[in-house]
Amino acid sequence: MNFITIDKKDWTTGIDKSRETYQVFGPVQDENGCQIKPLAPDVHPLMDAGVTVMSPKSVLFPQTQKMLTATLDASIEDHHVMKPVKKDDTPRVVLGIRPYDARAILLVKLNFDNPDYQDPYWCEAYAATTFVGLGVNHPGPCDFSTSTGCGPFSEEGLDVLMADLDDRYLAKILTEKGETWAGACGFDTRADAAESQSLFDILRKEAEKNITSVDTDQLSEKSILDLYEAPFWDDVAFSCINCGTCTFVCPTCWCFDIQDETKHKTAVRFRNWDTCMSPLFTHHASGHNPRGSKVQRVRQRFMHKLKYFVDKYDQGIMCVGCGRCVASCPVNIDIREVCTIMNNYESK
Amino acid sequence: MDTCIEKIRTICADLLAKGKVQKVIGFAEGSIPMASRPIAVTSKEDVAKLVFNATCGLNLANYVSDVLPKEGKIAVTAKGCDSRNLVTHMVENQVSRDQLYIIGVPCTGMVDKRKIAALFEDEITDFIEDGDTLTIVSPQKKEKVSKKDVLRHNCRVCTHRNPVVFDVMAAEPVEEQSLDQPFADVDHIAAMDPAARWAHFQELTKNCIRCYACRNACPLCYCPTCFVDESSPQWVGKGQDKTDINTFHFLRAFHCAGRCTDCGACVEACPMGINVRDFTRKLNKDALELFGWEAGLDMEKRPPLDVYSPDDPNDFIK
Amino acid sequence: MENPYVPYPVRIDDIEVATEDKSLKTFTFVFQNPADEEKFAYKAGQFAELSIPGVGEIPIGIASSPVEKGFVKFTVFRTGMVTTHLHNMKKGDIMGIRGPLGNWYPWEKLENKNVVIIGGGFAFTTLRSSIVYMLDPANRSRFKNIDVVYGARSPGMLLYREELFDWEKRDDINMHITVDGTDDPEWQYHTGFVPQVVEKNAPPADEDTYAIVCGPPIMIKFTQPALTKLGYQEHQIIMSLENRMKCGIGMCGRCNIGKELVCKDGPVFTLEQINQTPKEY
Ligand SMILES: Cc1cc2nc3c(=O)[nH]c(=O)nc-3n(C[C@H](O)[C@H](O)[C@H](O)COP(=O)(O)OP(=O)(O)OC[C@H]3O[C@@H](n4cnc5c(N)ncnc54)[C@H](O)[C@@H]3O)c2cc1C
Ligand code: SF4
Ligand code: SF4
Ligand code: SF4
Ligand code: SF4
Ligand code: FES
Repeated sequence: MNFITIDKKDWTTGIDKSRETYQVFGPVQDENGCQIKPLAPDVHPLMDAGVTVMSPKSVLFPQTQKMLTATLDASIEDHHVMKPVKKDDTPRVVLGIRPYDARAILLVKLNFDNPDYQDPYWCEAYAATTFVGLGVNHPGPCDFSTSTGCGPFSEEGLDVLMADLDDRYLAKILTEKGETWAGACGFDTRADAAESQSLFDILRKEAEKNITSVDTDQLSEKSILDLYEAPFWDDVAFSCINCGTCTFVCPTCWCFDIQDETKHKTAVRFRNWDTCMSPLFTHHASGHNPRGSKVQRVRQRFMHKLKYFVDKYDQGIMCVGCGRCVASCPVNIDIREVCTIMNNYESK
Repeated sequence: MDTCIEKIRTICADLLAKGKVQKVIGFAEGSIPMASRPIAVTSKEDVAKLVFNATCGLNLANYVSDVLPKEGKIAVTAKGCDSRNLVTHMVENQVSRDQLYIIGVPCTGMVDKRKIAALFEDEITDFIEDGDTLTIVSPQKKEKVSKKDVLRHNCRVCTHRNPVVFDVMAAEPVEEQSLDQPFADVDHIAAMDPAARWAHFQELTKNCIRCYACRNACPLCYCPTCFVDESSPQWVGKGQDKTDINTFHFLRAFHCAGRCTDCGACVEACPMGINVRDFTRKLNKDALELFGWEAGLDMEKRPPLDVYSPDDPNDFIK
Repeated sequence: MENPYVPYPVRIDDIEVATEDKSLKTFTFVFQNPADEEKFAYKAGQFAELSIPGVGEIPIGIASSPVEKGFVKFTVFRTGMVTTHLHNMKKGDIMGIRGPLGNWYPWEKLENKNVVIIGGGFAFTTLRSSIVYMLDPANRSRFKNIDVVYGARSPGMLLYREELFDWEKRDDINMHITVDGTDDPEWQYHTGFVPQVVEKNAPPADEDTYAIVCGPPIMIKFTQPALTKLGYQEHQIIMSLENRMKCGIGMCGRCNIGKELVCKDGPVFTLEQINQTPKEY
């Protein structure tokens, strides 16, 4: 593996240079803390931002995304025939994505890119994107990423992993895409591999000390029906207001709704993020709702993340431990507690 | 508020032990600094979980109708605003007085968690409350602040800190605030020219993700199907179009007109830090100026948009 | 990259009112591009998304049979936004269909078996597809006895009435048509609810008999014990589930029962499978 070192003095020049090739995404500050957004030409990423309120999943999966359009004007050929909208799949780079969010993209990929169907909107955006990650030197109180198959310096899903060393970044180039990005920025000061790796290891160990751990080892052993019928769900769900914030901020939640709208003679079909916390999510046209009560919906969220997904994909839990849902939930429902309850549950 | 919590626990233990109520709805300690969570306590052993502190900013009136037993009562701890929303619930026939045992908690205000977070560059790891003194810790620094300086805006302008209805009080009443300009924020927006005002609201909702936490945290928003969720007809589009986002906010505010107690639960719940009270406050001001009405103070009076009165101050009605 | 959200353009070739209360209509579609018909090769039991640009998409079971060529048919109950719009459309209108989607009745497993089809109300669409498929001269010999129990509220609410009465006359299929009640003195078939007719008329189970059950939840609920009485085991009872769907291809996440996605892993499941998942349908 290649390591390069990037003097922070050269960082913005390099990023500006890369804008010839890439659309650049990165953390920016707004009234609500930080978010990962496309950067205007004069804006630079706020690399030392903490956990962004929203995850970077929107880079590949925008909250609202046009999919198809058709003209309803009968005098035009192909009227009422729905066709894909043009997408912008030119190269883009996400700067400062955290390792847990990079793992989340791989988990979401299991859904959008599977042996039976490929979602072209997601897959093509994914193919166009380079992920330049930044290790987490100071994990926050909600971070439990070491329990979810990643950690503060995990490389999975990244093209480059950087470490912040105050005056410079040490960057580990992990893929060809990463190499190309470094080239486009003109970052080419090689660093000694063995020495760099040991620096990474020191930082990682130091960061991991501050991370709380959550046991997930028993989840796959349990039976779905035992957990589903367990008595603790009423208590877990009591305070929930079913706002869905936990799923909107979550980097691994992929659910969406499809809606049609018409403006003048143009029909558009688009998708929006949706959430299993909403009663409408499963509401049948007959009025019947298989998940009509709050506790059923709360159970679905946790069962999906911590059991169904585990059984279906054998890739661990559908959570990367970023802690966003814990931090944003208005009633402090904490997935770490629920995971522990589920993991320890013994049916009678 | 240590003494008040001891009193709350004693009262609740007694109520549960004597079977006077089936559950107590209150707040419990959160799992992260500066958090608390609504909880339903059913056994005397669990009353130790109850807390009351400056982070209990949600409105517990929102929880009562969901858990009302067929027979008997539930107890609920209620600060000034919660109690006013319980009154609103009773006036709107969501719950009846004899189903509730109200434990009134005089309140000196809840903290603005975002304002506190903004004092730090890194994440807060500890939050200790001692009377008016808050000690807040992050890896980088430890800060002592006065609670008064970091109150939520609605608490700063609150004139009903003491519960308006209760069966028992958990502490002596606190002094009510009197304000020279209770609606300075509304006046400020009203003074803008239309373009600036429009821009203000556009900017306000720019980050809205339509999670509806504001609506779901609000005790007034109990409609079985909210207008935004209606599908035939579909009143509002579902995407991130500005028009649709605005429609949601405008209409929700109007649906709360004359009912809103300015409890701040909406803002407390919003993950995006949007001060949706900018919408509702204007209507609260109108209700006060046009009808002399503040919501949730009187169980006997119908809300102004609910009644016809021959001496209505408005011309249109005559 | 193939875009699984793009529907094939189709033209409405025929619209037939299917029940006396006009709440159901059968739509016949013809593909605008003949090549699309080949791509839409389906098996009995699958469904498709009917797609009306600007209005929306709805999952509907395919009522025509793979052995019927040149068109596809769907029978749709008017209930909400899209179905109401569809009911108001006219012959010649252009719209889309997307699919075929989901799995199908286990035709490989059913070969050389007795098949008992049990349907109620308007959940008879994919069952019609299945019957037509099995009765096709090329296929009939691949199955042993075929029994059909089908019921509706009244004679006028039975779907595909002419076909039912034609099948009734054949000797290679045993029809047990029933209505909840009727004041028609000419009515020559059963009266009574489907579960009762099943209990009295369906063949008892042996290893070689499978039942396919589709109907409203209440019918399914009472048919299960009737079948159990007749000796059917969980793996011999095959059901098709309906959940609210959007994408139909396992991506949008809403239709799951446990870890199974009804749109992709189903809609056809055995009772044995269903009993191992949370009953969220
Ligand atoms: C596998 C399968 C096969 C089926 N086969 C058949 C069949 O053969 N024949 C048949 O008639 N039916 C069939 N159905 C049922 C059919 O899909 C529904 O009746 C149909 O989707 C109703 O659509 P609608 O637009 O008319 O109703 P809608 O108006 O969409 O109502 C459906 C529900 O969706 C919600 N909803 C709708 N629009 C919105 C919105 N904009 N925002 C939020 N919520 C909304 C509402 O809560 C409503 O209750 C089948 C279903 C499945 C899953
Ligand atoms: S964020 Fe919290 S309150 Fe909102 S739906 Fe999720 S768990 Fe429930
Ligand atoms: S479930 Fe919560 S902690 Fe886990 S990935 Fe999602 S937002 Fe992060
Ligand atoms: S937890 Fe809910 S919103 Fe998230 S992916 Fe699972 S079903 Fe979808
Ligand atoms: S809670 Fe905030 S983000 Fe959610 S809908 Fe309300 S204003 Fe928008
Ligand atoms: S309908 Fe989208 S996953 Fe099944």
